[in-house]
Amino acid sequence: MELLTFGNTGWGDELFYATLMTIVVSITAMLIGFFFALIFTPLKLSNKKFLNFIANSYTTVIRGVPELLVIYLFFFGGSGAIMYVASIFGYFEYIEINAFITGSFAIGIISGAYSTEVFRGAIQSIDKGQFEAAKVLGVKKHIQFFKIIMPQMLRLAIPNLSNVWQITLKDTSLISVTGLVEIMRQSYIAAGSTRDPLLFYSVAALIYLMLTFLSMKLINRLEVKYSRGF
Amino acid sequence: MDFTLMVTSLPKLLIAAAVTLKLLSLSLLFGIFIGLLFAILRLNKNPLINKFAYGYSYIFRGTPLLVQIFLIYFGLGQIEYFRSTFLWVVFKEPYWCAIIAFALNTGAYTSEILRSAFQTIKPGIVEAGKSLGVSSKIIFYKIQIPIAIRQSLPAYGNEIILMMKGTSLASTVTLMDITGVAKYIISTSFKPIEVFIVAGGIYLFMTFVIHNIIKFFEKKYSF
Repeated sequence: MELLTFGNTGWGDELFYATLMTIVVSITAMLIGFFFALIFTPLKLSNKKFLNFIANSYTTVIRGVPELLVIYLFFFGGSGAIMYVASIFGYFEYIEINAFITGSFAIGIISGAYSTEVFRGAIQSIDKGQFEAAKVLGVKKHIQFFKIIMPQMLRLAIPNLSNVWQITLKDTSLISVTGLVEIMRQSYIAAGSTRDPLLFYSVAALIYLMLTFLSMKLINRLEVKYSRGF
Repeated sequence: MDFTLMVTSLPKLLIAAAVTLKLLSLSLLFGIFIGLLFAILRLNKNPLINKFAYGYSYIFRGTPLLVQIFLIYFGLGQIEYFRSTFLWVVFKEPYWCAIIAFALNTGAYTSEILRSAFQTIKPGIVEAGKSLGVSSKIIFYKIQIPIAIRQSLPAYGNEIILMMKGTSLASTVTLMDITGVAKYIISTSFKPIEVFIVAGGIYLFMTFVIHNIIKFFEKKYSF
């Protein structure tokens, strides 16, 4: 048990910071995912075949390929791609992007594919009459979206988004292969130097359980909040 | 684009695809039994038994698969006593550790899928069986299980695809599945995009095939 104390002798504080890192990476990835969903959901719902095709390829490829493979693509290919773009602008020095950015981008793109599907489903299940009524009343496009569609969509989307959050949170454990010190990586280091993998991976499992449990509680509250009036 | 690399890495990745498929089919096979067992335990009236089954599925669904593999592969070997038992023959192999972790993981998800399928069976169907004098054992095996399997096919199809993606984690415990080989080729050739296209293509093809098989069965057993 003294292995888990805080301070120089134990791994408690290291694991605590690693947990914070996992939370920060998950939130960043989730937000990047929302950004991607914001781009691809309209493409999915568009009438143009070509735009549909782009959005469908994105969600199909990302959801059909293992997360680990996507992470390796970003880990090994990330700085190469950035350097290529930089070389167009006349910058030829070596650029290294850190594990945090590669990791949250890789997970963000994955989480974005799931979020896109959730938003698409939510918007499609809103009654057509709502769109028509807004049009007839002469409500401006962006007001229609933010004041009429979005509140209804959020209510339908939150339960599924909570699944996406759980997936994203668990996926961040895979970033450990890139060397970012989050829960999994820290447990790996601790297990290696103390030769006590059983203890540290059990602790890691407990921390993840705690995180998923707490986030469930939080999301349930949001659900209640957004479904008032129904 | 380095097309020669793509062509030369294709056969290596296809051999690795056999490993992925083996891992997938064995874990699904064990997983379905674990899932069915725990789904039945979940429906048990005894609170101790159904709490236990709930706890199992909660733990395996609430933690990342990577933790589960590491815990089984690195963690269990640490117990002195465990290494002296006959189980050690199985648990010292990364291959079987991966399969056990996958089976336990997919078992937890499968149990949830089957449980909700059992619960959506209309009570009238069971009552009809009872009033016809069918024994409760036959009601369970011949009426409830077939309906539950049909109900859970779409969700189980998703689970198969998720598990297929999950097998990529076997590469973290030294197994050379598609992802393991892909990582090796990337780290020796420094051409991540080409390798990703080929390896990702194989995975997508497998997803496509699984999706269509499930669709076929859904149609066949629809009512």
